[in-house]
Amino acid sequence: MKNTLFLGALACTALTAGVAGAATLDEVKARGTLNCGVTTGVPGFAEPDANGVWQGFDVAVCRAVAAAVLSDPNAVEFVPTTGKTRFTALASGEIDMLARNTTWTFSRDVDLKFEFTGVNYYDGQGFMAPKDLGVTSAKELDGATVCIQTGTTTELNLADFFRANGISYEPVPIETGAEAVQQYNAGACDVYTTDASALAAQRANFEDPAAHVIMPEIISKEPLGPLVRHGDNEWADIVRWTLNALITAEELGVTSANLNELAAGSDNPEINRLLGTEGDLGGMLGLDADWAERAIGVAGNYGEIFEKNIGESTPIGLARGLNAQWTDGGLLYSPPFR
Amino acid sequence: MTTLADQPVTASNESFKLSMLLNDTRYRSLTFQFIALVAIIAFMAFVGGNLVRNLTEAGLNISYAFLGEPSGYDINQRPIEYDSQSSHGRAAVVGLLNTLIVAFLACVTATIFGVIAGVLRLSNNWIVSKLMSFYVEIFRNVPVLIWILIIFSVMINVAPSPRDFRGDDAVASMWLFDSIAVTNRGVYLPKPVMGDGSMIVLAVFALSVIGIFAFRNYARKQLFDHGRMVPVFWPSIGLFFIPAILTQFVLGNPITLSYPSLQGFNFRGGITILGSLIALWFALAIYTGAFIAENVRAGIQAISKGQTEAAAALGLRPNRIMSLVVLPQALRVIIPPLISQYLNITKNSSLAIAVGYMDVTGTLGGITLLQTGRAIETILLLMAFYLTVSLLISFFMNVFNNRMKLQER
Repeated sequence: MKNTLFLGALACTALTAGVAGAATLDEVKARGTLNCGVTTGVPGFAEPDANGVWQGFDVAVCRAVAAAVLSDPNAVEFVPTTGKTRFTALASGEIDMLARNTTWTFSRDVDLKFEFTGVNYYDGQGFMAPKDLGVTSAKELDGATVCIQTGTTTELNLADFFRANGISYEPVPIETGAEAVQQYNAGACDVYTTDASALAAQRANFEDPAAHVIMPEIISKEPLGPLVRHGDNEWADIVRWTLNALITAEELGVTSANLNELAAGSDNPEINRLLGTEGDLGGMLGLDADWAERAIGVAGNYGEIFEKNIGESTPIGLARGLNAQWTDGGLLYSPPFR
Repeated sequence: MTTLADQPVTASNESFKLSMLLNDTRYRSLTFQFIALVAIIAFMAFVGGNLVRNLTEAGLNISYAFLGEPSGYDINQRPIEYDSQSSHGRAAVVGLLNTLIVAFLACVTATIFGVIAGVLRLSNNWIVSKLMSFYVEIFRNVPVLIWILIIFSVMINVAPSPRDFRGDDAVASMWLFDSIAVTNRGVYLPKPVMGDGSMIVLAVFALSVIGIFAFRNYARKQLFDHGRMVPVFWPSIGLFFIPAILTQFVLGNPITLSYPSLQGFNFRGGITILGSLIALWFALAIYTGAFIAENVRAGIQAISKGQTEAAAALGLRPNRIMSLVVLPQALRVIIPPLISQYLNITKNSSLAIAVGYMDVTGTLGGITLLQTGRAIETILLLMAFYLTVSLLISFFMNVFNNRMKLQER
């Protein structure tokens, strides 16, 4: 009911405030902070650290946009949203962008009137079960009780998967990831399903992570990316190209270590265009020439952000896999800066 | 006298002046009511117009077409046939039925808790009355959502999970000759399976229920006409069980029980009562029961002590005084606040999502809303659902109240 109330309140705000007008960029500049919607806490992706400062892979996107637009990576107001509240928060103008493990789907893009600005993590839905259950494949889960976060695409994929394989299950709908983990650990459900990245992230926080297996089946495509409201193309461009700048920086070998050196000018014209020493890409976006340099300067390029937050050296330990650069056999492929 | 009566007539003969709308008490209230009405209408029109305009600007429209589309999700408690290919509309109906189920169960249980606690709180036994006031104060003063969460988390952490029943050296075992399994996912009960001739058993059972009522009528007649007390309680119990059980044996056990057994991940083949339903049901019942207890206490204390003393003087025993003299009179004080407690239960059942019970807020106002993004449509529908249900409960309870209330002459 909390959320229903919240939605109702938001609907009312939307009524009186009106759907936020076109110029989100001007609003953000006038306000001096970027309102960025994130999760209520997924380790590695978005979670406040011990000092209450938000850290994570999705948070880095918010900070990069804030650095590009406001020249200050800390000028971000993080708004925690649940699976239920996130779209209303964005549609009502409470947040300027949403960077929250949100799957890019047709109906969200077209019917809900949002604009996905790219993909920052190629994910897929997986299953996790205790090792002593002896299950090795998701197809052996006939009759299992499955914990699932309600209001997500995973809920629909789950129904489709079990239906397609002609096996039955009992869904246990749960509001947040934390509650789901609690129930899973208490044995109230046999299996927990969500995006494979989140499974790995939450398993990393278990007492004994090795006692749980993630099934080999990935039952869906979950391209996760930041999104903004439909209808403000300038703002969408800024978020889209900030993300692309991070990806391109990795491709071109621009890192936080050599950023200052390269920003002074280099022999590679694409690096020069990206970092603003050649051409006027920043001006076309309505920003200044150094926008991408500032965005990359926050935490480095896409690869550095990945390694620092969710990479193999972290407790979450995700391999690059599909999220490697296209030159390394992955799917990351930014359009050229030209 | 005549001069006083004449005055208003002369006043109304005065010509009407505009200032009288404010200064004359006869018109002032009308003026303000009119202003308030206009203001409310204007506000509603503004809000509605704003909604429509903003929706058009955002390229959205109000449409209920989504109710006919396949929902795509599964629901764990299905009172009617439902799967992920059924429509959103059907999912809403499943949710509505789940709301009604938990509301009904909680209303009945809360009434029982409340009456017992309310009567016992007035007990002369110090320990009993203090225990009951402890119950009332504890449960009334902690929000119901907290109770739901406490009961649910105690249940999932204390009750064994189905895998504890597995193996030769199982940690947990079933109750009552292996017929009932209590797990942290729910309670599994044996399910009656109707064989040949089971209709006869059911018919005998129905007849014996009718018989009980007939017998009670007869006993009452004996009491009123001849002053003879016929024992009612034990014969009623006997009538309830014996004929049906006898028929069951004579016909060679036509009704058999299918016992739940551990198959694969879960218990199967019995009646399942989900843990989320139990937690929600119990929390709502015990929370609202505390309020009802106070209503019952108020009702009983509203009956003057003279009634009790008069009944005692006639030689009635204390339990008969309570059930024949005090409670029937107290009911007319108890029922009106009871109606609003029933409405509270129904509305509080929308907290179901906290434990993953799929009520109408969970299906229509939760998953359907999120999958279709039709926030305004679903919330409006939800409001209509709750309004209808609440008004119906109110209506039937008022009918009951009118039958119960003191017939004044």
